[in-house]
Amino acid sequence: MSQNGDEEQERGAASFEARLAAARDRRGLDQPPAPPPETAPDGLSSNALALGLRVGVELLSALVVALAIGYGLDRWLHTRPLFLAVFVLLGGAAGVLNVWRVVGPRPGK
Amino acid sequence: MAANGSGIDALGQFRLGHGLGEVGGAVNFTNSNEIMMLAGVLILGLIYFGMKPRAMVPGRLQAVAEMLYDFIHTMCIEQIGEEGKRYFPFVFTLFSFILFGNLLGLFPYFFTFTSHIAVTGALALLVIVLVTGVALRAHGLHFFTYFFPAGVPKLLAPLIIPIEILSYLSRPISLSIRLFANMTAGHVMFEVFASFMIMLVGALGAFGYVLAVGPLVINIALMGFELLVAFLQAYVFAILTCIYLHDAVHLH
Repeated sequence: MSQNGDEEQERGAASFEARLAAARDRRGLDQPPAPPPETAPDGLSSNALALGLRVGVELLSALVVALAIGYGLDRWLHTRPLFLAVFVLLGGAAGVLNVWRVVGPRPGK
Repeated sequence: MAANGSGIDALGQFRLGHGLGEVGGAVNFTNSNEIMMLAGVLILGLIYFGMKPRAMVPGRLQAVAEMLYDFIHTMCIEQIGEEGKRYFPFVFTLFSFILFGNLLGLFPYFFTFTSHIAVTGALALLVIVLVTGVALRAHGLHFFTYFFPAGVPKLLAPLIIPIEILSYLSRPISLSIRLFANMTAGHVMFEVFASFMIMLVGALGAFGYVLAVGPLVINIALMGFELLVAFLQAYVFAILTCIYLHDAVHLH
């Protein structure tokens, strides 16, 4: 009888553990979109469309800044198109650097 | 087709008007500002009334408030590190403001203030100025080594430094353009498909009503997609802020 009770208790405990683990699992999954492993290196969603848009914007924004600076310098120094040309190249490189920061490995993490 | 106003005026929804009647007109208080205020009030209300019961087992509102808090809190600590707690209030404010702005914009007749680059640009500038300030305070002039990573040959300095500076300066642009472009594009699509319905009915009469079901279904699907985008863009803005803060605190 007591053997039986022990067994019952043990099974109860085991099922409790299992239920607890399941609940914890659920809780763990609840923690919204930043699950470490299967996302892109910087924790952003691995959603391909979002990533693609992000890469495009990164490329473009560096170029926009470079164009603005180059155009501004040329206006100021009356050297058109010297700085514009230089900064377009630099801006393209900076855009690629930005993209690398998005998709490449992140140091210090 | 575009005759007598039946063309698609997809951008009209982004036009600023005056809010709050006569008084608003006198001080240039816009409909955009109205929704900003509403977002602020709703966030404060959510936190205040959500956390009022202080229940062990949260009710619905308390659960929402706690999830929002916990979500950003975890994000700050994961992305920035232990120091991230100091910047939690800032990131939380930013995230909830953008999230509520995006979500409120989905209601008919509500203005989407995140669809204006003036607004997103101001937010992005705020982030960049703060991040630069944090970096300068934490590292002093040492911060400028950020633009010339260790281990790079000195010969490349004239090339690397401008590129790094451009990359740094492009951050506010990419932050603001991303949010603005996503919100604007989504709302333009709503408008375009909604206009299709009206045009179909106008052109084909009773048969048009049958065909108009198509754009309607697309708009319903779009609404679901836009809900996702509203959340995702607020999330991206917040997490990028966290990543920049991480760079500022740790320099690489």
